[in-house]
Amino acid sequence: MESRTAILLLEDGTLFKGISQGSAKTSTGEICFNTGMTGYQEIFTDPSYFGQIMVTSTAHIGNYGTQADEVESGSVKIAGLVCKNFSKIHSRVRNSQTLESYFEEQQIPTISNVDTRKLVRHIRDNGAMNAILSTDGKSVEELKELLAKVPSMKGRELASSVSTKEKYEVGSKSSPRRVAIIDLGLKTNSLRNLLNRDTFVAVFPYNVTFEELTAWQPDGILVSNGPGDPEPLTGVTEVVKSIIDADIPVMGICLGHQIISLSQGLKTYKMHNGHRGINHPVLNTISRKAEITSQNHGFAVSAESCMANPDITISHVHLNDNTVAGIRIKNKPVVSVQYHPEAGPGPEDANYLFDEFFTHIEEYKKKMTIG
Amino acid sequence: MPKNPSIKSVLIIGSGPIVIGQAVEFDYSGSQAANSLREEGIEVSLINSNPATIMTDPVTADHVYLLPLEPKSIIKILEERNIDAVLPSMGGQTALNLAIKCEEQGIWERYGVKMIGVDTKAIEITEDRELFREKMHEIEVPMAPSKTATSYLQGKEVAQELGFPLVIRPSFTLGGTGGAVIYDPKKFETALHIGLQASPIHEVMIDKAVVGWKEYELELLRDKNDNVVIVCSIENFDPMGIHTGDSITVAPAMTLSDSTFQKMRNMAIKMIRSIGNFSGGCNVQFSVSNDEREEIIAIEINPRVSRSSALASKATGYPIAKIAAKLAIGYTLDELTNPITGNTSAMFEPTLDYVIVKIPRWNFDKFKGADRKLGFSMKSVGEVMGIGRSFTEALQKACQSLEINRNGLGADGKELTNQDEILQSLAEPSWNRLFHIYDAFKLGISFSTIHKKTHIDPWFLQQIQEMVLLEREIEKYSLDTLPRPLLLEAKEKGYADRQIAHLVRCLESEIYAKRNEMGIKRVFKTVDTCSAEFEALTPYYYSTFEEENESVVTDRKKIVVLGSGPNRIGQGIEFDYSCVHGVLAAKECGYETIMINCNPETVSTDFLTADKLYFEPVFWEHIYDIIQHEKPEGVIVQLGGQTALKLAEKLHKYGIPVLGTSYESLDLAEDRGRFSSLLKELDVPYPKFASVTSAEEAVKLSRELGFPLLVRPSYVLGGQSMKIVINEQELEHHVVKILRDLPNNQILIDHFLAGAIEAEADAICDGEDVYIIGIMEHIEPAGIHSGDSNAVLPPFNLGDLIITQIEDITRKVAVALHTKGLINIQFAIKDDQVYVIEANPRASRTVPFIAKAYQEPYVNYATKVMLGEKKVKDFNFNPQRKGYAIKEPVFSFSKFPDVDKELGPEMKSTGEAIHFIENLKDELFLKLYSERNLYLSK
Repeated sequence: MESRTAILLLEDGTLFKGISQGSAKTSTGEICFNTGMTGYQEIFTDPSYFGQIMVTSTAHIGNYGTQADEVESGSVKIAGLVCKNFSKIHSRVRNSQTLESYFEEQQIPTISNVDTRKLVRHIRDNGAMNAILSTDGKSVEELKELLAKVPSMKGRELASSVSTKEKYEVGSKSSPRRVAIIDLGLKTNSLRNLLNRDTFVAVFPYNVTFEELTAWQPDGILVSNGPGDPEPLTGVTEVVKSIIDADIPVMGICLGHQIISLSQGLKTYKMHNGHRGINHPVLNTISRKAEITSQNHGFAVSAESCMANPDITISHVHLNDNTVAGIRIKNKPVVSVQYHPEAGPGPEDANYLFDEFFTHIEEYKKKMTIG
Repeated sequence: MPKNPSIKSVLIIGSGPIVIGQAVEFDYSGSQAANSLREEGIEVSLINSNPATIMTDPVTADHVYLLPLEPKSIIKILEERNIDAVLPSMGGQTALNLAIKCEEQGIWERYGVKMIGVDTKAIEITEDRELFREKMHEIEVPMAPSKTATSYLQGKEVAQELGFPLVIRPSFTLGGTGGAVIYDPKKFETALHIGLQASPIHEVMIDKAVVGWKEYELELLRDKNDNVVIVCSIENFDPMGIHTGDSITVAPAMTLSDSTFQKMRNMAIKMIRSIGNFSGGCNVQFSVSNDEREEIIAIEINPRVSRSSALASKATGYPIAKIAAKLAIGYTLDELTNPITGNTSAMFEPTLDYVIVKIPRWNFDKFKGADRKLGFSMKSVGEVMGIGRSFTEALQKACQSLEINRNGLGADGKELTNQDEILQSLAEPSWNRLFHIYDAFKLGISFSTIHKKTHIDPWFLQQIQEMVLLEREIEKYSLDTLPRPLLLEAKEKGYADRQIAHLVRCLESEIYAKRNEMGIKRVFKTVDTCSAEFEALTPYYYSTFEEENESVVTDRKKIVVLGSGPNRIGQGIEFDYSCVHGVLAAKECGYETIMINCNPETVSTDFLTADKLYFEPVFWEHIYDIIQHEKPEGVIVQLGGQTALKLAEKLHKYGIPVLGTSYESLDLAEDRGRFSSLLKELDVPYPKFASVTSAEEAVKLSRELGFPLLVRPSYVLGGQSMKIVINEQELEHHVVKILRDLPNNQILIDHFLAGAIEAEADAICDGEDVYIIGIMEHIEPAGIHSGDSNAVLPPFNLGDLIITQIEDITRKVAVALHTKGLINIQFAIKDDQVYVIEANPRASRTVPFIAKAYQEPYVNYATKVMLGEKKVKDFNFNPQRKGYAIKEPVFSFSKFPDVDKELGPEMKSTGEAIHFIENLKDELFLKLYSERNLYLSK
């Protein structure tokens, strides 16, 4: 049983040794954990995780291999994986690939046989921090030097790195409605949710202007999820403000929700260690119904700033810590949530939010026709 | 307004005597529900005819009714109490059926009682296969092609239409009774006949069998706002074709992708929302095709808490029954807090950073001639759960918990090496298939053959194959050369020191010493519902081999209570009752209590019972490491049945104090020779006996003792392999058989007192004073195991002379054995002479019965005596003696239609019921008494 040693070093000096799986490489990023027990491939390819070293807390990873069609973007976005048991084989009959060969192809380093529970408890108590993962034999001293150079996630703009460079269109032009997406790190499942509702979609890069957007004549605009701190994204925030001012229906997901909030003068902040998992309870304060949601965010919208603004309603609350999970803006056709109604991975309880967005779109279309 | 303010007093219906398919798990759910409601200030009344339960104890409910589960009893309760609502979803199908019966008779309506936690419409839909089918069709949830049949002819027509293999499922039965998978058309007619007979409404569902498909279960909770959470996903290691109660199961699901899981989750939510209005727990079973389509079909839905929800509660830490009870009285999930973290929402889905494996425990040895093949009708009597940081670790720990004379999976020299037998076992699963998969890999049978024969998911098979490879690698070394990484890997994969010792040909203690030297030590992790995302308040631990230990040792004085392991015939729920009371009593005395047990169905493994719960095998290595970590004052072994008791020797050897009666006394009572010498000294009569180690010796000595003879091995429970023989030929045959099963055993042969009356006494002794808590007289004459006899408390026709002898002897023997705690003595009475058959200085099967009948907490008292906190004379005994209490054994023979139902010295009953009668003119008593000699035909 031949195995290579791998090292994980945290910013505060905590060191873990384990076994290297996948690719020989050194990677840096903010360390975060996800508690989901299914959906690892969706997590690994979610652009919101760009630049992060992912700790999966579930005991086994890779059991059902990987699939070409269960990805949330074209490539693996995490910087590295930390896990307990890494499965070299998988059991799915569908035409699939092992996680090991998938990671080798995508050049993703992995450390396994780590006391991930200890690591999760450490992050929980000490907060998110930078880390370096090495599977190519570098010494701890070398890693310390490299790690010192990694910038903090706070104030870090990452959307530009994962956004599309060029506008592209998906779906059929003859569809009855048109939705434009501002791509800050779009997940495939968001796109799927629009296409499933017979929509013609255009995906624009993060630095699209208001004029370019409106020139395409969308019936609604989706501001996507994405990685990093929302604050440096001042350009997008300005564009989103103009969209809302123009009464065009908007749906914001995760980073998109934070951008919508910032555009209305609300505040965002970096959380202690964020919400990452597929079991997060959210209460819809309007319907009083609760839903289990998929979440992945390290920043959040300040509840105080929402309450100080009479035009803002907190429409969704995270039941574990009462943080803001969604907002509504008075008299504006806006659906804005901190979590992931598109799922992939995770429960589809919140899928109704797309229906609400589409109700706004229909009303908008009616208004435009009459107008 | 969260909870419904009109509900102030609730009646909970229990599940009655333990039978296969409906067991200890409902004591756990009923007790939790009662506690949960009392927390809310609700007055709880409880009905159950099973006296061996914690739920029927005054510590659980305000008013306990130990009455038969029938409408007459319900009326009596409703006359006496002002009940606002009845909660029937905690007592299995028995409770639901009783609730429906009462509803049909208009009883609830007459007394203004509301049914909560269930909807009778939902029960009807889920139990009536045809209605269920229609409903699933309506909400577009796919099922296996199937049809119902209410007659023999109709059944045959359906079979012709669907083709084989087929599944027969009778409507309205427990644990799949009468169900079967039929591959061979020739066997169909008999199976159809059995199925129709098993159904109370003479109806069966015939499904096209999806044999080999993967099987999953989801445990759901639903509130009145229709919020739903999936508490746990469980994957069956054994694919479709084996009842889920007889399947090895794993949580979380191991081989399910998110896309398929979410489809299943959506289907489950759609299903629960479609079947009426109820707030509470629910179990949904699915099957997934084992091909590229990953097609999902619904199997069934149970709108109540179940065996699986007990397992899911222990697997995740999320107390399903407790929350379900709160939902039943009107709370919604988002209003409730997760009791494990104390500050996050109950409206969430637990995540696990470990794996649990449940393995059922069978007792085929008790049912001679039983069909040992597993199928749609549940046959296991109990279960164990192993928790580990990998599937293999959990699997090994579960195997170590089973108490089947194995040290885990493989590596103990007990492998089967006959290729044909292995291949047959793979294709026709019985209790030992798991072991034979291991043996198959070891023998070099190909992966594809094993997969083809078992249809078990390749991921699971691969895990076992890797274990075999590891074993081969370890075998190359000796104790001295075994490298650290390999030893660590073996420990991480759950191998016991004893197994590794077997592989490198050394002693268990040498491996223990070596791994400690190398710094390979057990650490303890918390079961916290959330994979460490939040801080947990609950001290619920399991062990593994990693870096960080989470179990902080306090400076309080502490004691360990050893549990009784898996439920089985001869060692059932009674011992869990005693363990729980032992824990509570020690708490009262100011001790920190530590519970070690591996049975997921029980109250003892509720994390609220002891101050600290270690969910671990009751297996030496695990216990010793916990003791090394916690350093308790001592260990209580006399409450957990034979499982705990037989560890006394090793504890003693390692210098760990055994609390209460010492190891020497326990051993003396068990050693027939020394015990008889003691009786002789005390001038106490006992049947002539001899102890032998060979058949030859036995035959020789039999001539001195005279037939009939009672033959039995020593150190066993429930009269295992005990037999009455009437001639030399039978004697020789049985001795040889015992020695084959239990090599080197000391076999006891007693002269059997034919026609004698049997009685037993239970007592508490502090070494000086003795208090006899009760004497029970068996209705049937000697020859039937005490657990299988109808017995009466107090005796109904023993004269003063006899009673005086019994009392005298009990006192003498208890003191002579230096008993500190409980003792049970069995007597045979013939010609006005009282003989001692055996003495067990531990909590017996009858202690809970007597405690319930006399309404006194005897185990609590006995524990305080064991701890040395109290003397017998410190207690003010005040038993409530009115009339008589009859203990009636309950059997599960319906699961084994081919089995000889003859009773004898080997126990076969699975449960018991209590009946209170005013006097000996009672009809039940007269009936049992008049039939006392007919027991052979039971």
